[in-house]
Parts: sequence; C-alpha cells; structure tokens
Amino acid sequence: MKARVHVMLKNGVLDPQGEAVRHALGTLGFEGVEAVRQGKVIELDLAETDKAKAEASVAKMCEKLLANTVIESYSVEIA
Amino acid sequence: MRAAVIVFPGSNCDRDLVVALEQAGADVQMVWHKDKELPAGLDLVAVPGGFSFGDYLRCGAIAAQSPICRSVVNFAGKGGYVLGICNGFQILTETGLLPGALLRNADLHYICKYVPLTVQTANSAFTRGYTKGQNINIPIAHHDGNYNVDPETLGRLKGDDRIAFTYGDNPNGSTADIAGVLSENRRVLGMMPHPERAADSRLGGTDGTALFRALADSLVAA
Repeated sequence: MKARVHVMLKNGVLDPQGEAVRHALGTLGFEGVEAVRQGKVIELDLAETDKAKAEASVAKMCEKLLANTVIESYSVEIA
Repeated sequence: MRAAVIVFPGSNCDRDLVVALEQAGADVQMVWHKDKELPAGLDLVAVPGGFSFGDYLRCGAIAAQSPICRSVVNFAGKGGYVLGICNGFQILTETGLLPGALLRNADLHYICKYVPLTVQTANSAFTRGYTKGQNINIPIAHHDGNYNVDPETLGRLKGDDRIAFTYGDNPNGSTADIAGVLSENRRVLGMMPHPERAADSRLGGTDGTALFRALADSLVAA
C-alpha cells in the first residue's frame, strides 16, 4: 500500500521560496500568477494492507516527524 | 561547571563551543548522538551549530528524534540547563523544548556576518553577564534563521520576559526581530547568533564570552 503525504506551510506563514517562484514566473512573462505556495510531497511504501490502519499510522508519522505542526499542515492520500 | 556538547553527523561548531566553554572554566565532554544517556552530574548540555543530518526534511528534524535528544529533553525536564546555538536552536524547537520554528531567511540568502544584537533580558543564567538593553556584536551564519512564532505565543514570550536577544537590523525576517528565546523556566536558551565565534579577540570579537562566563559562574556550585 502506498501513501502520499503533502506538507505545506500553514496559511499565514510567509513562504519566501514560493514568493521567489511567483516573482520568477512573472519575469518569464506568465501573467496573473497571484500567489505561489511551495510544499513537499513524501511517498511511502507501506507493508500495511488495511487502509484505515495505514491512515492512522501515517498521521502519527506526520505528527511526530514528517511535518512540523507549529508551521506546517499535512494531508495524506492512501492508494 | 560540568558541560556536555552533543555531536551529530554534520555538526561543525562543536569544537569551537567546547573551546569557548573550557575558556570559561567548564569541564567539557563531547557526547555522540547515538549515545542514549548523558554523562552523570552535568550542569549544562550544549547543542552546537552545523547541519545535523544534512538538514534533511527540515533543519534539526532528524537530530531532534535521535536517542541522545530524548535524554536532553529529560534533562531539561528535570531542570537542567540547555543551550542551543544555530542548528542547536533549530533542534530545540523541533524537540518542543522551545516554542516557534526557524524558517528559510526571508530574502532566501545564506547570511554569514557579524550582526548587532540587543540584550533584552539579563534575567537568566545565560544573560546575567550583560545588562538589559546592552548592544553586542555576534556573528550569524545561517540559511534558516527566520524565527516564526504565532501572535499568542509571542505575547507570552514578551509578557514573561523570555526574549533574550533581538537583532538591531533584522537580517532574516524573524518575528519581532527575535534572535534568541528562553524556555518558561529560563533554563533553556536557543539563539541563532554564534557566541562561540565571538569568544576570542584573535577571531574578531569577544562579545560572546560574557555568556559562557555567566553560565560558568551561575552553575559552578550547581
């Protein structure tokens, strides 16, 4: 079973990297990009076969290590 | 004072920190990150700067989960003194010993230079060698020193006099110009500037020595 974790800076936390990307897109002539937020995608291969258990387990991993919940939010997709 | 300096793969300020502590009169041991227990009888644990575990995932995130860090958290929980400098500060926020988090510098640049700081409180074992409002020069060397803290926590830090140092000319976008913060019991200090790099006149400055001397004086009988 595979899990895909998306980690993003929380709304309201300034994302200077996203802002630099937005600026670069403007320089390249892509108009109308009003905001860019940059995050991470982490893919996990899990031995677990039960979807609910996998979700619970990955949520714990996010809380403990994969995201810093002081500044980041996360979401998990199980496939 | 008996002190330990924790060494992670990628630490690069560990030896400078040992020298600065020894010059202040401390008996210093270096402790490898895989050790599970701290040496007995310590007064201070110092977490040095560098790029522990290559800054993978987030600065300090992997180091914060290492076996020795669990012992450092327990040590702090029992009232032990802990100093985290630069990457050490990032590690201490990741362990939850200090509030907030360190983000990428607002201008995205790695910055390595002497910066003016203002001492915001002399009420701690770390800062009692300075006077409140004193201006000092200490170098910074970081890419992720943009201290981020929510407004509610910031209010608590201010109200409880827990902001130790602020930048004179905010170099990295830190909330409220914060360069260093204290824990609730005032025994854990995290700071992005490097006092150990300003502890020898031959290396350009000595404004950091007062911090190490204050610790040695405070903890001598501890």
